Amino acid sequence: MNDAPASNAAPQGSTGPEPLDPEGLIACPNCDALQRDAAVPVGARARCHRCGTVLMAPRRQAMTQIVMLAVTALVLMVVAVFFPFLELSAGGMVRRSSLLDAVLAFSSGMMLPLTFATAALIIVLPTLRLASIVYALAPMALGWYPARHAVAAFRLAQALRPWAMAEIFIVGVSVALVKVAGLAKLSFGPAFWTFAALVLVTVLSDSYMCRLTVWKTLEERRRP
Amino acid sequence: MTTNAPHQIPPALTARAAGLVGCQSCGRVHRAGVRQCQRCGAALHSRMPGSLQKVWAWLFAGMVVYIPANIYPMLRTTSFGRTTDNTIIGGVVELINYGSIGVALIVFVASVLIPVGKFIAIGYLALVVRPGQRAGARIGRGSGLHGRQHLYEVVEFIGRWSMIDVFVVAILAALVQLDFAATISPGIAAVSFSLSVAFTMLAAQSFDPRLIWDAEEGTAP
Repeated sequence: MNDAPASNAAPQGSTGPEPLDPEGLIACPNCDALQRDAAVPVGARARCHRCGTVLMAPRRQAMTQIVMLAVTALVLMVVAVFFPFLELSAGGMVRRSSLLDAVLAFSSGMMLPLTFATAALIIVLPTLRLASIVYALAPMALGWYPARHAVAAFRLAQALRPWAMAEIFIVGVSVALVKVAGLAKLSFGPAFWTFAALVLVTVLSDSYMCRLTVWKTLEERRRP
Repeated sequence: MTTNAPHQIPPALTARAAGLVGCQSCGRVHRAGVRQCQRCGAALHSRMPGSLQKVWAWLFAGMVVYIPANIYPMLRTTSFGRTTDNTIIGGVVELINYGSIGVALIVFVASVLIPVGKFIAIGYLALVVRPGQRAGARIGRGSGLHGRQHLYEVVEFIGRWSMIDVFVVAILAALVQLDFAATISPGIAAVSFSLSVAFTMLAAQSFDPRLIWDAEEGTAP
């Protein structure tokens, strides 16, 4: 609610023959409106003066927080993949399945492409995204120059964001539990809780992330 | 993302009107003609080329594969030698019969309401931002466009949640392999449904939100 007033002043007029100087301006990614690129104080939010999209919302120690949370999420992911996820017992038979088993459920014939898709959406892409966030931001969080391909890594992380569907998978698991309740007795394995924690930590890490600020910092700290 | 209440806004100066190009991924402004953003390395376009064609193409692809997703079985349950096939709607009905209304509602919203709503919303957005389609008197400056902006944000945010049902099938098929007592295997509709979700996500991503705001100037290319 505390808009930064600095971004409310858009450069007016001067659409004449001389083009504006691109330095010191930013364009809203959503509506293309130009605004002055003023420093936004920590804790404040700068909105586009035309469409209201939040442009920048820097937070204290954001880099460090993001990196720490992303590393935590990576560790949790390893645990979640290999430990038993759910346990099903019916008529004396017990069946444990890990996250990998759930992914490999489609591995017969026509369903093979779906196996790759599920594996990608719930394991591979979230892991890749977290790893590229750590790679791009960790050196800066430590006060070093950004790593060699930090810009490409962060671009990858941004592109992967809609395709990393770990949180949706958790809701899917809950629905599956209800569906199977009449058929057999179900109990959670350690990996289920790990995976739920992973979702929480990822959401928290994303909430600290302000992409425009990260991009600006990456550019400012570039190796000379 | 939130927007302020509709207010009287002066016609904003856009990067394009000023002879500049703004980067869609990091906001940095460049002179017209620069091909690649110097800050983040993304390809620079004043407006995404062929945005609407791509939107229509992905949207139609998504609608076409949504049809078999509803006709063919999503889930095949074999219990004591008896096989039953369940379509998406069939699964919802079964959940209601079990008495789990809440979960039935989640599945119904995720696999029917959201996809269909998304088809309509994307189609509507692509129609109203057509070139030459001015934000006429009917849409007051600001308010109507804020509404469209909201619609676009909602569509982009909510689209991926349709995948719930596919994940449900994956988990059930992995868990319920109890030989004679009960076996669940995925049906072909799971494939076409996930394709439909992916295609509509691509449709939403191909849409250039700056086109919404170009209507204000009546200069959409």
